[in-house]
Amino acid sequence: MKVADLSQRDMAGQLTGKGLPIQIGPFWINLRSTIPDLLRHVAFFYSEYETTESARFFDFHITLKNAGGLRRWVKPQVHFLLDEYAPFKPLPYIHAFAMFEWGLNWCIATTAHRYLIIHAAVLEKAGRGIIMPGVPGSGKSTLCAAMALRGWRLLSDEMVLLDPATRAITPVPRPVSLKNESIGIIRDFSAMAEIGLAAKDTAKGTVAHLKPSATSIRLAGVTSRPHAIVFPKFRAGSRTRLTEKAKNSALLEIQENAFNTHILGKVGFESATSLINSCPVFSLEYSQLEEALPIMERLIADSEVPA
Amino acid sequence: MVEPLIIQVLVSPDRITRFSAADWDLLMRQAKAANLLAHLHRVLQERGLGDAIPEGPAHHLRAANLITQRSVLAVRWEISQLQEALYSLAIPIVLLKGAAYVLADLPISRGRLFHDIDILVPRSAVEDVEKRLLTWGWRTTHSSAYDQRYYRTWMHEIPPMRHIKRQTVLDIHHSILPLTARLKPDPQKLLAQATNDGGQGDLYWLCDLDLILHSATHLFHDGELEHGLRDLVDIAELLRHFAGRAGFWPALCDRAVEMDLVRPLIYGLRYVQLLLAVDIPEDVTLWMRDQLPGSLLGSTMDRLFLRALRPDHASCGMWGTGQARWALYVRSHYLRMPMKLLIPHLVRKALTGENEGELPGEVQRFIANNPRHRDPG
Repeated sequence: MKVADLSQRDMAGQLTGKGLPIQIGPFWINLRSTIPDLLRHVAFFYSEYETTESARFFDFHITLKNAGGLRRWVKPQVHFLLDEYAPFKPLPYIHAFAMFEWGLNWCIATTAHRYLIIHAAVLEKAGRGIIMPGVPGSGKSTLCAAMALRGWRLLSDEMVLLDPATRAITPVPRPVSLKNESIGIIRDFSAMAEIGLAAKDTAKGTVAHLKPSATSIRLAGVTSRPHAIVFPKFRAGSRTRLTEKAKNSALLEIQENAFNTHILGKVGFESATSLINSCPVFSLEYSQLEEALPIMERLIADSEVPA
Repeated sequence: MVEPLIIQVLVSPDRITRFSAADWDLLMRQAKAANLLAHLHRVLQERGLGDAIPEGPAHHLRAANLITQRSVLAVRWEISQLQEALYSLAIPIVLLKGAAYVLADLPISRGRLFHDIDILVPRSAVEDVEKRLLTWGWRTTHSSAYDQRYYRTWMHEIPPMRHIKRQTVLDIHHSILPLTARLKPDPQKLLAQATNDGGQGDLYWLCDLDLILHSATHLFHDGELEHGLRDLVDIAELLRHFAGRAGFWPALCDRAVEMDLVRPLIYGLRYVQLLLAVDIPEDVTLWMRDQLPGSLLGSTMDRLFLRALRPDHASCGMWGTGQARWALYVRSHYLRMPMKLLIPHLVRKALTGENEGELPGEVQRFIANNPRHRDPG
């Protein structure tokens, strides 16, 4: 049963009551909140996700709630609770939905140690996955959003869940987080782009989310294989250029971009090494999405890239 | 009273074979709130119940176990750094609590997370140790003059130090209870019995009996009860590990008398027996009754501790849980220092409103959770 199969009233009743179960990739969360912005966020972005009526085990019990007392009226704030534990300081009330998405990232990054978790976007076409690691400002999310809008299957815009033994990537499709100018760029890029409310003045500037395609969500149970790794770098006015990247520096960057190498130790290192050795690694400098996209298509078509 | 699932499972691990999905969900929430996930993993594996764990919870238990393994490595590394820094002082460095369990390679160290490193050194050596640590990158965590004076005049430790690069926290003790406390364990006697299992160097840990006594003292006479159940599990596991030795029980009771730690030991034994079903021999139970007249052990303390030692999770709250934690928090302060010192201290802390993060966790939680605890059940 999908979240969309619930009536608006039932969905709100569960969110404000005992919780709304949502399956997000390999995880089941139980989400509770009475915050209207968050209810709208869930109704808009999570309608295609699975929910359930039967009792089950949840990976994460998440609550977003108003800070109590005077805070309710003066500069209201929102708390993120993992079960009853508050891992973060509260944020301004209007950032509730952004806090939910960040908080869920944190939940996954600190517990899903059956995977090597790499901070990167990953998308797939024709059964071939492209991993795009990137520091903030690299244009990773913008390129990811554009690809998702051109028929690529979104596995994640934030984290690659890599099985250390098989190198299979488990999807965890979520709303794509767009920051500052990216929001306008993606809005102009495609009339199909469904973008939610913007949270202004967050730690990361203005943040808004792009809704992933129904197909990406429907196929969340289907793993993918890495076909290539591309380190994007947005530079205004630059000519689009794909160059091969040295494997040793790529390995270092993958390690630095992983959330749990310190937990996985040797297994994590070996898993990153085998990933780097299993597929070609590129740097992509770009300023125009329309020039970068065909390059990604060509990478997929290139069958000499080993699987 | 229905025991929380985590306590039921620690007492009878086989119960999980009859668990529904909802039971698993609640068990894992309680175990996580009590900081006992990795311990639960170890208990279930040792009982050969690994295959009875459904996939969802199994992922979380394995992850907790991985984190614990890393944390043991981190503690070993931290100890080696400490050893290097203090090597040439040629004084005995005695590890306490978690770090001691790791160095002594006790089973309990394999299902436990570690936060701070605690060491005990002779009081006369504290100044040298502190100076040496400063040159090796440790810095004090309390900069206010009041806090510095408070620790140095009344406490059993100097203000905790944090390493500037690794951010690890080190507690340097010269005794195991505040100088103002009602019980007066002699730190010289602890140092004299410290062991290093025939190893080399200046690193020691408390002897087996003192590990147990310290653990009980920390929980029942000094500590905050935030991780009460976890700390009680420590005591239970230490007892189970050492109890097989010939002459263990009489030696433990004698040592408690010698160290002036009879009362914390008795509380420890009583509640590991009541909550975690640890076997306490008949003659020890008689000794306990002898040492503490019945009424003291009776209903009041039981009512407080049996509430406060439950996991800090809504599903484990009973009528009066919050009040019990509060009462025991006040009691722990009363045991730490006489009223004429305590009251000015608390008034000062309340008036200066030093940042919230410095309030004891127990108090913060009490404030945060209080509305919830007003509902019965």
